Amino acid sequence: MERVPLERKVLSENDRIAAELRGRFLEHGVLCLNLISSPGSGKTSLLERTLETLPRHDRVAVLTGDIQTENDADRLKRFHFPVKQITTGGTCHLDARMIERHLADWKLEDLDLLFIENVGNLVCPSSYDLGEAAKVVVLSVTEGEDKPLKYPSIFFKSDLLVLSKIDLLPYVPFDIEAAAENARKVHPGMEIVKVSCLTGNGMHEWMMWLEQRRRAHKSLVETAS
Amino acid sequence: MHEMGIANSVLDAVRTEMRRYPESYPCKVGVRIGEMAAIDPEALRFCFEAMIQETDLASLELAIEVCPRRHRCLVCEHDFIVQDYDSSCPQCTSLATTCISGDELEFAYLEVEQYGTSAVGAKSTQ
Repeated sequence: MERVPLERKVLSENDRIAAELRGRFLEHGVLCLNLISSPGSGKTSLLERTLETLPRHDRVAVLTGDIQTENDADRLKRFHFPVKQITTGGTCHLDARMIERHLADWKLEDLDLLFIENVGNLVCPSSYDLGEAAKVVVLSVTEGEDKPLKYPSIFFKSDLLVLSKIDLLPYVPFDIEAAAENARKVHPGMEIVKVSCLTGNGMHEWMMWLEQRRRAHKSLVETAS
Repeated sequence: MHEMGIANSVLDAVRTEMRRYPESYPCKVGVRIGEMAAIDPEALRFCFEAMIQETDLASLELAIEVCPRRHRCLVCEHDFIVQDYDSSCPQCTSLATTCISGDELEFAYLEVEQYGTSAVGAKSTQ
């Protein structure tokens, strides 16, 4: 019997496509963000508020993933930015090939910012690199403040935690400081913003974070070219 | 529940690798899974076993090595395993530590046996 080393990643095919996408995003100066949360935490609402706030001429697009329906794309199309729905038909996450396929008829040189709204799921999307510059995890105050400890992988891999639905804080027993502390236990130094898409509270901090990432990405692209 | 897709990727890789060993069959495939990789080893094993049933790979064994989250201290360079999410350095108590592993989803090895030799014997050596 012979034991042969097999030093490669299990998802090497996904990672290969993701690396290609990342290269193309960098080449065309597109900042790509991968938004991940449980179902119903408010990813689509956050995007609605964001698109509403951005200037109409901004070069922004959204790919939104769900198992079924075009509902999220319909909600997001109202803001007149390019939006495309990815229906996975049962798969609980997006993979790099789906992103590649759905970007095929968009010109990346026309974009500066691409949001990918992943399928609502805190587990599986964490394993699939989509070529994004950063993952953003959304946690709503109607969930448990111990979620970062229960689902550490995604909190560990995300650059930013958006604590959403903070308008509900007076009505729910959610300890927001404990949630932040738990997130930073898993991911020391993690950036956190607290928002309510209903009242707009905290949107400024989220938009500032976005702006700062866009500027940082731009200088990265300029250095690379 | 994406372990089915992961199991499929493992089997794809085994089949690809086996093209290099036309005189042999695969006995065991070893994979490394980090505790931060969001993969449940038992779910992966369940999916893997379901997928190989009644195929040419039915006797293939899956060996899973679970890798802990390891950090390195940026001050004293001590490497340590993170327990209970405490990522401070146990040697110098610094909080400035960086993750060096624990996110693996990798192949480690493949054990192959030439046709005509005993598969049971091959397995017993491991």
